[in-house]
Order: sequence, then C-alpha cells, then structure tokens
Amino acid sequence: MPKVTFIAYDGKTTTVDVPDGTTVMRAAVDNGVAGIDGDCGGQCACATCHIFVEPEWQAKTGSRNEAENAMLEFADGTQPHSRLGCQITVTAALDGLTVRMPQGQH
Amino acid sequence: MAYADILAAAREEAKSTSLDTLDMSDPKYFSAGTALPYFERLRKEAPVHFQPNGVQGPFWSITRYKDIMATDTNHKVFSSSHGITLAEPRSEELKAPMFIAMDPPKHDDQRKAVSGIVAPQNLANMEELIRSRTIKVVESLPVGVPFDWVKHVSINLTTQMLATLFDFPFEDRHLLPHWSDTATTLGTTEAELDAREAELQKMLVYFIGLWNQRVNAPPKTDLVSMLAHNPATRNMPPREYMGNLILLIVGGNDTTRNSMTGGLYFLNQFPGEYDKLRANPALIPNMVSEVIRYQTPLAYMRRTALQDFEMHGKTIRKGDKLAMWYVSGNRDTEHFEEPDRFLIDRKNVRSHISFGYGIHRCVGNRLAELQLKILWEELLKRYPRIDVISDPVRVPSSFVNGYLSMQVKIPA
Repeated sequence: MPKVTFIAYDGKTTTVDVPDGTTVMRAAVDNGVAGIDGDCGGQCACATCHIFVEPEWQAKTGSRNEAENAMLEFADGTQPHSRLGCQITVTAALDGLTVRMPQGQH
Repeated sequence: MAYADILAAAREEAKSTSLDTLDMSDPKYFSAGTALPYFERLRKEAPVHFQPNGVQGPFWSITRYKDIMATDTNHKVFSSSHGITLAEPRSEELKAPMFIAMDPPKHDDQRKAVSGIVAPQNLANMEELIRSRTIKVVESLPVGVPFDWVKHVSINLTTQMLATLFDFPFEDRHLLPHWSDTATTLGTTEAELDAREAELQKMLVYFIGLWNQRVNAPPKTDLVSMLAHNPATRNMPPREYMGNLILLIVGGNDTTRNSMTGGLYFLNQFPGEYDKLRANPALIPNMVSEVIRYQTPLAYMRRTALQDFEMHGKTIRKGDKLAMWYVSGNRDTEHFEEPDRFLIDRKNVRSHISFGYGIHRCVGNRLAELQLKILWEELLKRYPRIDVISDPVRVPSSFVNGYLSMQVKIPA
C-alpha cells in the first residue's frame, strides 16, 4: 500500500498507509491527521485541505485544476506548490509522497 | 399557543398544503419558527420548486444538500452579481454593491483585500482579547433573576468583536448592531424604506470619517484601513463602500449572534446533550459546528441563472432567481443521519452547509467558531446550567434566521 507523509506546521510528522485510489485529503481525515479539515467532503469547494507538495513530488502530483485554483486563491498563505488534498489521488506512483500543512485551514 | 403546539400544527399543515402556493420567502414561517416541516416536504416532493408569486417576486427553491452544493459551486451558471437576497433594490441608484454579490474577478480582488483579518495568525493574535472580554461578560451575568440572553450575551459579545475588527470607536459601538439590523430590515412602505436609506446614509458618513483618518495613516490590520489601502478597494465609489460595510457588519454580527443564542436554546431543548457537554467539555469544538448546522443563521443565499439549466427535470430559465436554502440542506437525511436531532458529538457535522461552499464561502467562519468555542468554555467553567425560561422571539425574516430576544435564568 502506498505511504504518504504529512508534516504539520509545527513539524510533527505522520506517515500513513493509503489504499490506492484514495485522495490525500481522505487519507488525512480517515487517519485523524490534525491540520486537514476537508469540510466539503472532497468537492473542491472549501480549501480546508490546503497542503504544500514537496518540490521533488510536484511533477508526479501534476498541477491544479481550474476549480482548485479558484479555491486556493482565497486560502491563506497560498504558494506556487499549494494544492488541495482532495484533488490528488494516491496511486503506487505516489508511494512515499510528502506534503506539508499550513498554519491553519481557513 | 406554546411553540411546541405551533410546530405540531405546522407539521400537519405542511403535509397537505398546496405546493403551488407555498412561498418559503414569506417571513411568516421564520417568525413562527415553522419553516422546517415545509422544507422537508419540498425536499421529498419538489426539490426544485418554482413559486411565481413570491413576496419578493418569482423564485426557485433548491432544498436538497447535494443540489445546493452543486449550485453553490457552479458560479459560472449561477451568478451572485444580481444580489444575494431575493429582495430587489428600489432603483439602480440605491444599489449598494458588495463583494459577496459580485462574480470573479472583481469579487476575488475585493475579498482578498479583507480576508487577511481572519487569517490563522491573526486569529491566534485575537484569541486572548476575545477570551478576556468573554470572561468579563460571562462573570457579570445576573444569577437567580431572568434576563435577555440576546441582549446581554449575544449582541454584547458580537458587537465588541465587530468594533475591534473595524477599529471602531468603542464608546459608539452600539451603532454597529443598530446599522446591521437596519440593513436586514427591509420595510414595506415607502416611508419605512426612506427611513432605512437615511440610517444607512448616516452609517456611510460615519465610516467615511474613519476612512479619511486611516487612508492618510500607515496601513494597519483593521477592515477600514485594509479597504482604504488595498488597490482593489481604495477607489470604491461611496455606494460600494456602503455595500461592503453592510456585508462585513451583517456578516460579522447577525450570524454569530444567532448561533450564540441558538446554542443555549438547543441545549435546553435536548437536555441529554447538555449533560453530555458537562461531562465532556472537550466536545465543545464539535458542538460549535453542530450549533451552526442546527441554527443555520442565514437561511439561504440567492443566485441568478446566467443561462437555462436543467435540474431534476425542471428548466431554470436564464434570469431566474434561485434561493439555495441552507437551512433545508442542513436537515437533509441524505447527508445527515437523524438531522432534526441536535447531537453535539455528530460525526460529519463539519460538512454542514451554513457557511456556503465555493468561492463565496463565509470568510469569517473560523473567527465565528473561535468566538463560540471561547463562549462555551467560559460559560461551562462558571455555570453548569442556564435555563431558557420562555420560547425565544424570532426575527421576522426569511434570510436572517435568528432571535430578537430569549429570556433565561441562571439558577441561584
């Protein structure tokens, strides 16, 4: 099963096993990883699963879609490597993915 | 008649009433607190419901959770730029544009001008101030005698918060809820509408004074200064400044106020939940979300179709108005189990729809949650029980779903 590592704003690191086909948001929420809310349930409609993808993973996670871009416009502290966790689906190709979290979801 | 009897009668009436004449924009359902059984019927039988003779004109009612989510996130078809309430301004000149009632890109730029005030770091900075004020209010509550919770707690606390956000002269802060109520009370006669407009002009004049102080001073973190210095808002015409002030005042005032009242009301209606809370105050953050779901302080938001659109076999025509009834979506059994129960440990409660979804999602949501969380933490430390001693008096509005007064007593 692919593994995904979440690094919280305070540096706390959590690695979880993620079934193939699960989104990064769902992986965090289902494993109780603090710092990702996922309020809208993965509809790309709230920006409360804001994450930063580590540079070495950006090519594999792809780029933002239009709706995601619109929501990230309003998130706090959006960076070029910001994504919404609900828009990244974990597959074997993303085994080992590492993402960082912002100070708060908004 | 007691509220329980009124509601029971409404439940019966809702089963047989004619859907052709059912007009949920009529404030009577909200002043009586009887809207929910009618929405239940609409969700079941007419999830996309047209009322050609609404009190504020023809409109569609969208009542299911999923349909509301789909409408709210489809801003290319369902525009906000024709207004977010069903009421229409009397004339073009009397329009007060506000960023919630704009589409991208102007909406985006103006929203970003102010959203930093509720960014995570700023919230963390405000927490101590909110807590110290809350403690002061909570400790000064009378014990053993009835008092109005809305006035002494809900309005008092939200007004202090709003004054801080605007850096508004603290001694004049009573003007803020006054203007908020003025803005949301539409009136029906010409005289009432004129009086409303005159009051809002006074608000504008007062705030232009604040603008002029701030625009010539270095930028700081209050809403007036942020608007006065941001390139997207610094050249706003006066009516647009007025519109955005109304948005920020109503948005920061009515909503949290009514959740502060609703929370205590629901705990009294569901004493088992009050017991659960006393036994485990760690449930407060989850309870806060449940209060916001159960109250739904803004009953709907309006959209206007920019093109014909099919939903559940009905054709919404270009130019038609829609009400996305958040108050109904939050009670949809397709999304929430036993939605009419107030459950402070409800599992999926954060997915309530009270803040809206998509690009217009409430900008102050985290501040509202923080204020409510602190209030309940400080109340529980001091008063294990506060009794609601009579049914609250509700706001006669189909938009602002709230309370004018609620008599309570803290047992001696």
